[in-house]
Amino acid sequence: MLTIAKRLVTVIPTLIGVVIVTFLLTRVLPGDPAVYFAGPAATPQSIAEIRKTLGLDRPLPDQFAHYVNDLAHGNFGNSLSTGRPVATEISSRLPASAELTLLGLFLAIVIAVPLGIFAAVKQGSLIDHLCRIVATAGVSLPVFFTGLLLVYIFYFKLGWSPAPIGRLDAFATTPPDITGFYLIDSLVTGNFETFRASLSQLILPAATLAIFSLAPITRMTRASMLAVLSSEFIRTARASGLDDRTVILTYGFRNAMLPVVTTLGMVFSFLLGANVLVEKVFAWPGIGSYAVEALLQSDFAPVQGFVLTMAVLYVALNLLIDMLYGVIDPRVRLEA
Amino acid sequence: MKRRDFLKSVTGIAAGAMVPAPAIWSSARADARSETLLVVTEGGPNNLDIHGVGTNRPGYEASWNCYDRLISHETKTLPDGTLSYDRDKFKPELAEDMSIGDMSVTFKLKKKAKFHDGTPVTANDVKWSLDRSVSVGGFPTVQMKAGSLVNKEQFVVVDDNTVRIDFAKKDRLTIPDLAVIVPGIYNSALLKSKASEKDPWALDYTKSNTAGSGAYKVTSWKPGVEVVYERHDDWVGGKMPQLKKVIWRTIPSQGNRRALMERGDADISFDLSSKDTSEMKKEGKLVIISNPIGNGMYSVELNVKTPPFDNDKVRRAVAYALPYQKIMDAAMFGLANPLFGGASNTVTDIAWPAKTGYVNDMAKAKALMAESGVSGIDTTVSFDLGAGDICEPIAVLVQESLGQIGIKTAINKVPGANWRSEMAKKSMPLMVNFFSGWLDYPEYFFFWCYSGQNAIFNTPSYVNPDMDALIDGARAAAAVGDKEKYSRNVEGFISKAYDDVPRIPLFQPFLNVGTQKNISGYVYWFHRQLDYRSIVKA
Repeated sequence: MLTIAKRLVTVIPTLIGVVIVTFLLTRVLPGDPAVYFAGPAATPQSIAEIRKTLGLDRPLPDQFAHYVNDLAHGNFGNSLSTGRPVATEISSRLPASAELTLLGLFLAIVIAVPLGIFAAVKQGSLIDHLCRIVATAGVSLPVFFTGLLLVYIFYFKLGWSPAPIGRLDAFATTPPDITGFYLIDSLVTGNFETFRASLSQLILPAATLAIFSLAPITRMTRASMLAVLSSEFIRTARASGLDDRTVILTYGFRNAMLPVVTTLGMVFSFLLGANVLVEKVFAWPGIGSYAVEALLQSDFAPVQGFVLTMAVLYVALNLLIDMLYGVIDPRVRLEA
Repeated sequence: MKRRDFLKSVTGIAAGAMVPAPAIWSSARADARSETLLVVTEGGPNNLDIHGVGTNRPGYEASWNCYDRLISHETKTLPDGTLSYDRDKFKPELAEDMSIGDMSVTFKLKKKAKFHDGTPVTANDVKWSLDRSVSVGGFPTVQMKAGSLVNKEQFVVVDDNTVRIDFAKKDRLTIPDLAVIVPGIYNSALLKSKASEKDPWALDYTKSNTAGSGAYKVTSWKPGVEVVYERHDDWVGGKMPQLKKVIWRTIPSQGNRRALMERGDADISFDLSSKDTSEMKKEGKLVIISNPIGNGMYSVELNVKTPPFDNDKVRRAVAYALPYQKIMDAAMFGLANPLFGGASNTVTDIAWPAKTGYVNDMAKAKALMAESGVSGIDTTVSFDLGAGDICEPIAVLVQESLGQIGIKTAINKVPGANWRSEMAKKSMPLMVNFFSGWLDYPEYFFFWCYSGQNAIFNTPSYVNPDMDALIDGARAAAAVGDKEKYSRNVEGFISKAYDDVPRIPLFQPFLNVGTQKNISGYVYWFHRQLDYRSIVKA
């Protein structure tokens, strides 16, 4: 517990830095939100009125003080482009992104980890080449391309997949908001029709993400397994007559997991914030497209809220991974 | 629970997920579908109230369908068989009667009119709403001003069912301005209860709730995802709409909007790109409707305040150097009305937008350049990246053709968010731009784009006393109905604008809409948003 608390204390300066940098960065960017939101037929007077309503006529330090004060009260400000408080928006959009990313990552792990292990065990075999092809293809196909291709084949041509119009089709009922994960919420309330509908909406975008994240996970698993399998304790284990399964999975894989878990963490946080293109293709109301749209409209509050949320998530994720290290390999100590 | 049992139950659930839904659900859905319209567009609203701060264009659509105005426009059938609003014919909406006097107009309200919550609509609501539109500031107030509606004192409650609007001055645009989206009628009792000292007009409430008497009310709004409307069954503003429910989904990817339409999963895709329109027209699977955008044009604009475009010979040389037809084909796939190649730059009728007398004539352009005595020009051509699919090919062609007459240009792509502020600075020397006015009158266009008030849309910073005299003359003549003087002034200012050529008209674009074959009743409106009320699904 104490070590975790110590870790958390070191996080504070990072967060303060993030707050200052995002605040300044959004102010330095070109583009005047007052002019943008004054709309058509704006006059200098109406622009000035809007600037005043938005509080943009005040000096920067004053604006910053207001911002920090609001943050301290849990108020992220209001988004001008969607007209809602940023905190509500993020809390409704984060689960959408998280559900998609987790499912995508799950698919990727289920395929990539065994593939990587096989490739390492049977080095130079057909499966090793397959692993190489999958990894190269996955990483070299841009996600929006894979996404559009999947939509074209499975929705437009074959009609197997539902229309790519977001988390649920237009006529399905939204499950009550418990966790924000539609799959879980619909199961909890026993609404199997919605569960089916949201699962079928999820499959294509999740597959798109999985194809993209296959590459780093497969390659990392393979490389790290190769290193472990050639080490002396594996030779000893084999010499002691342990069967292949025990040697590879119990001794080999467990020791190879550390770099794999690190990669997973990185891939996850990358996918969560950066899969804007997938969100666009599948009309997914995720957090990445929210931030990008806000940025394009010089809408400061959501951008700041987004960066801050991602920073907190990233810190939490890193902490979790560090703790996992300890579970996987008892030699690792958090204080190190 | 043992591990094995758990796995069993999970597989059970997964298998359940794969089984198609029982028939009973499907038929309920089929019923819902026949009474529901599914609309897909690229973007959704950021505010349901046009009076709000920075409400975007999709937000206007919500306002239009959820609030009534005192009056609206009749519908007419265009020569190509499509429907359009009728600029010159008004019909009562909330009012049952309109009588125009010399310096005022009086409206009698429909007695049965009710707001969505059941409260009757009274003259006090009308007064409060019009007061709101001239007081909230920003776009709504500017728009009201365009019809000389400025002061709260102009709106007078005569009795519970009668409202009088006094004219500040004689202005032909006053009545049309009462039929635009801004002067909607709001539920004043409800909104007063939601108002606060900081927010006296309850803008916070109307941002995400509709408080009108219109044909539809918003029952659910997820920003960036969807808006769901339900019909207001007590609506008296016109013929009861057929559709009970409208679902409006935001689908950012253009390809997917098209796929949804072609697979028959969406009913209407609004504001199609020219490329999709031309291809889908050929395929013939859907009904594609294209209407020219009234009072709108894409043009190349030259800043007359800075050299070399302060020289009118250089401006004319540019106008003769542009490859108009190529531009229209590349940017619009031919789907636009040409605004070039007319008989002459001196127009002889008041039809607007009018063709200029310019054509692509390189010899003439080169001769004019030689005459101007200006050489070695190095400048930039700017455009709004938000309209990049149209503006970028134009900019490239402009760059190429100007290169041939010795004007070197670099292309400057301005991100959508910055475009307005760049326009306001008036420092861009050469730009590709679009303007359209709601009120479809030439003097309205010229008031914004050419007059000496030098509004943000007068990007060339063109200020000319003769031009102002002509614009003012046309406005004054229109106000008193002097047709002869009006025509003389309108023909005068168009001819002057084309001869001085601070902006070079290219083409009038179309608003394109795709619908399934069982959808009818789509009407083109000046505000370029979708009116659900007239739409019928067979």
